Amino acid sequence: MYVIVAGGGKVGANVARSLLRLGNEVTLIEQRRDHFERLEEEFEHQVQRGDATELFVLERAGITRPPDIVLALTGDDEDNMVIAQIAKEKYGVPKVIARVNDPRNQAHFDLLGISPTICATSGIMALVEHEVPEHELIHLLELRKENLEIVEVQIDRNSPVAGKRVEGLKLPEGARLISVMREGKAEIAVGSTTLEAGDQVLAILEPGKEDELRRVLLKR
Amino acid sequence: MKALIIGCGRVGSSIALVLLSEGWEVAVVDENVDALSRLGSNWAGSFVVGHGMDADVLREAGIEEADAVVVSTDGDNTNIVIGQVAQKRFGIDCVVVRILDPARADFYRARGLRTVCPTKTAIDTLTEAVRACDIPRQEATV
Repeated sequence: MYVIVAGGGKVGANVARSLLRLGNEVTLIEQRRDHFERLEEEFEHQVQRGDATELFVLERAGITRPPDIVLALTGDDEDNMVIAQIAKEKYGVPKVIARVNDPRNQAHFDLLGISPTICATSGIMALVEHEVPEHELIHLLELRKENLEIVEVQIDRNSPVAGKRVEGLKLPEGARLISVMREGKAEIAVGSTTLEAGDQVLAILEPGKEDELRRVLLKR
Repeated sequence: MKALIIGCGRVGSSIALVLLSEGWEVAVVDENVDALSRLGSNWAGSFVVGHGMDADVLREAGIEEADAVVVSTDGDNTNIVIGQVAQKRFGIDCVVVRILDPARADFYRARGLRTVCPTKTAIDTLTEAVRACDIPRQEATV
């Protein structure tokens, strides 16, 4: 496939190299002269110098073909948003992936309909949550378009719901239990499922309801 | 009427002063506190230090009650994003965005953003000024 990679920093250059190794056709765009010259030694004609938010730079890189995918991977969130919008809406590029540098800008990417996005900081924070045991509620998956998320909760001895049936729980509105994992075996959570200490429960809920769910399942 | 100006450089500060003198209530946002000096020592509007990409800063400056938003930072793409946030997230109808690159200004104008491109204005004005010069016709040389 043909890929345009906007931004030749560490992320962009490594992605371009990996795509080339897999046999893809790639054009990498980098703005800064010193970075470009270093990249040119490795990527030769496959790197072009310019501002990837300028239409003529994108056109020189072949965006009118159009490419199968454009990757907006610069270190500037505003630039990545503009590259994604132009690629998709002006040139009809079928797939665009944008990098989010500052997780506080995620809402702007969502507002402008730019999806999928990838944010290293958010990814690392999710791993921290997963790895550090005092975080009792683990975010497993965010379904951004649906405005839902899937979380995992560990039921312990002190939990008020240990020994209770799912149908008797006062779950927050907009939250459902999906499954219960006990001794390595997972079962779909139904009304008659009885929760026990040690269960790992998966729940689906609207973002923002985590604290309510935590209070119901763990009483804290 | 209430106006919010984001980016207090030469352009933003001048617009702020004009609107204030015309009776608008004006709030200005700039990430650099020194930009306040552009508004003179008697600035009667409000001034918020912060980045226009930060929705909390926009709220603090009163975007939710604004009738008009002018986006005039020194970055085209920053202006494009802030303009769309003001329009789509805060539902402001009158959002005016400065974009120096004519190509991007055209693209976003076609998508419903009120873009103003000083570069295009300069090109047209300068071209017209050349045309207006009274230059005596020279005989064609063989």
